[in-house]
Amino acid sequence: MASGNVLHVLYNDDDILMKAVKELRSKHYRIIEVYTPFPVHGLDKAMGLPHTRLAICSFIYGLIGLSVATLMMNFIMIEDWPRNIGGKPSFSYLQNMPAFVPIMFELTVFFAAHLMVITFYMRSRIWPFKKAENPDVRTTDDHFLIEVDAADHDLDTLSKFLYDTGASEISLIHNEEHA
Amino acid sequence: MLSSKLRLFAIVCMVLGLIGLVFGFLSVPSTVEEASEILASHEEHHGSGEEASHEEANFVDEVRQEHGYSEHAMAQDKDLGHDAHEDGEHMEHVLHQMQTKPWSAAFVAAFFFMMIALGTLVFYAIQTAAQAGWSPVLFRVMEGITNYLLPGSVIVLLIVIFAGEHFYPWQNHELVAEDSILQEKSGYLNFPFWLIRGIIYVIGWNLYRHFARKNSLAMDDAEDLKPYKNLFKYSVYFLAFFIVTESTMAWDWFMSMTPHWYSTLFAWYIFASIIVSAVTVIAIVTVSLKAIGKLEFVNDSHLHDLAKFMFGFSVFWTYLWFGQFMLIWYANIPEEVTYFILRIQEYNPIFFGMIIINFVFPIVILMNSDFKRVSWFVVIAGVIILVGHYIDIFLLVMPSTVGPYWSFGITEFAALLFFLGLFILMVGMGLAKVSLRPKNNPFLVESEHFHY
Repeated sequence: MASGNVLHVLYNDDDILMKAVKELRSKHYRIIEVYTPFPVHGLDKAMGLPHTRLAICSFIYGLIGLSVATLMMNFIMIEDWPRNIGGKPSFSYLQNMPAFVPIMFELTVFFAAHLMVITFYMRSRIWPFKKAENPDVRTTDDHFLIEVDAADHDLDTLSKFLYDTGASEISLIHNEEHA
Repeated sequence: MLSSKLRLFAIVCMVLGLIGLVFGFLSVPSTVEEASEILASHEEHHGSGEEASHEEANFVDEVRQEHGYSEHAMAQDKDLGHDAHEDGEHMEHVLHQMQTKPWSAAFVAAFFFMMIALGTLVFYAIQTAAQAGWSPVLFRVMEGITNYLLPGSVIVLLIVIFAGEHFYPWQNHELVAEDSILQEKSGYLNFPFWLIRGIIYVIGWNLYRHFARKNSLAMDDAEDLKPYKNLFKYSVYFLAFFIVTESTMAWDWFMSMTPHWYSTLFAWYIFASIIVSAVTVIAIVTVSLKAIGKLEFVNDSHLHDLAKFMFGFSVFWTYLWFGQFMLIWYANIPEEVTYFILRIQEYNPIFFGMIIINFVFPIVILMNSDFKRVSWFVVIAGVIILVGHYIDIFLLVMPSTVGPYWSFGITEFAALLFFLGLFILMVGMGLAKVSLRPKNNPFLVESEHFHY
């Protein structure tokens, strides 16, 4: 079904891009990917992307951090070498907890933040020395690019429609692998 | 706006509350003998285990004497704890604390509802001074809530003035005469100056509320931006005025109940309670008005933002509460730690329960982004937060004034009912007077299209 041909459509304004994405979707053209130099607010909803599950990961990482802090402080300050904290030698985790709360908080944030970054990199398939997947370097500066699946659409009407949505430039890419 | 049913409910609340309050004031013991009887009937429940380590107490007392505490102040301080030796002087203190209880009950409830109106006024001033784009659709709701400020703040001022020595030991001249610490503080803590400050706060806050409301209404018919610019200007002045008067108000009306104890974080901590309760009430009133179809121009993104503020300020409150608690707990200096020892020993379940209600519940309930848009969810979270902050004010006032002789009985509940009734009545009147949709605010269109 797919011809393997892809159109690279460039825009130079994020508002025009948003409108174009909505119009493309209302005409049932398939958008493969959109490249932008900065996060465009609401673009994920306009593209119909499913809601991110990163927040759930973050919550779980935070709980892990909280548990690590609790177990660590309990081992260091209560079990392994019992401390007299603030002149109150209770040697109980619960009664000494005010002293541990800052550490519990910090490690919760630390785990949530760092593991989130790593998860985000893995999910976005980014790692050191990776070659950029970016189809056009201008999308790292001031241009916005929509990859549209050319499929079996008539290229003339499609490109006319795209120019009407405010595209500044359209190029047809013959994708050898899929052809 | 105020349906006849709700008005009737409010009036019934006020009448019942007033009856309960009068009963509370009449049923306090008037003699030492009566107080002893009440105490004896309570002692049966407590039983033994009241022996405080006298050696430690003596050590603390010695240090205090060196620093200039009067013996009288030390005795009173000890009576705030549960140190039951039944001599005459002690029983006089007990009697005094029992007589203070209805005053404290009235003050807790009066301040709780006043701080909601005051916090709403501050939130409103912040929104106008910051030229916020999302909130102008809610301005009339906020103005309606601040309609309670005038009666509320006047009643609070009258309560603190007439409670006098019931609340503020530094107003007792005999006590100050023996106490060098209170003498040093008397440049600030003396009755005339304290009274003038209180009057200045109430006049200042109400003046801003008056001019803000006036200019906001004038905007509806205005052809130019003059009322808007005036409102902006007054809001900036008010915020500068408020940040100072809120601090001194917290010292004057709350911290000076225990005049030997102080915390530099105290004013901020009270402010956190004020603002979180206020935002919560704005959210609840908005949801209720929207439910009866009066606010169709408010969408769930506005509610989402209010819920975010509820969440954020709850965490902020916890941060300040903990910042104050942890330092005092850690340092363990007798002068400072008495404040928390009393609260942990005599108010244990509500002292720690409050942390769960004010921190754990909001965190868990309001963390999910989608839940912040579900109106009944926000209302439930809001009611929990309000209960928590009532307890917070209760714990500010009760331990410092009535010590261990607290309860949540007819008097406390009646006070809550009375001020709830008055609050509903005044807020309903404030909302009913004008259209809930402001006109000609330069940010109104942005606010109506606000979408997150």
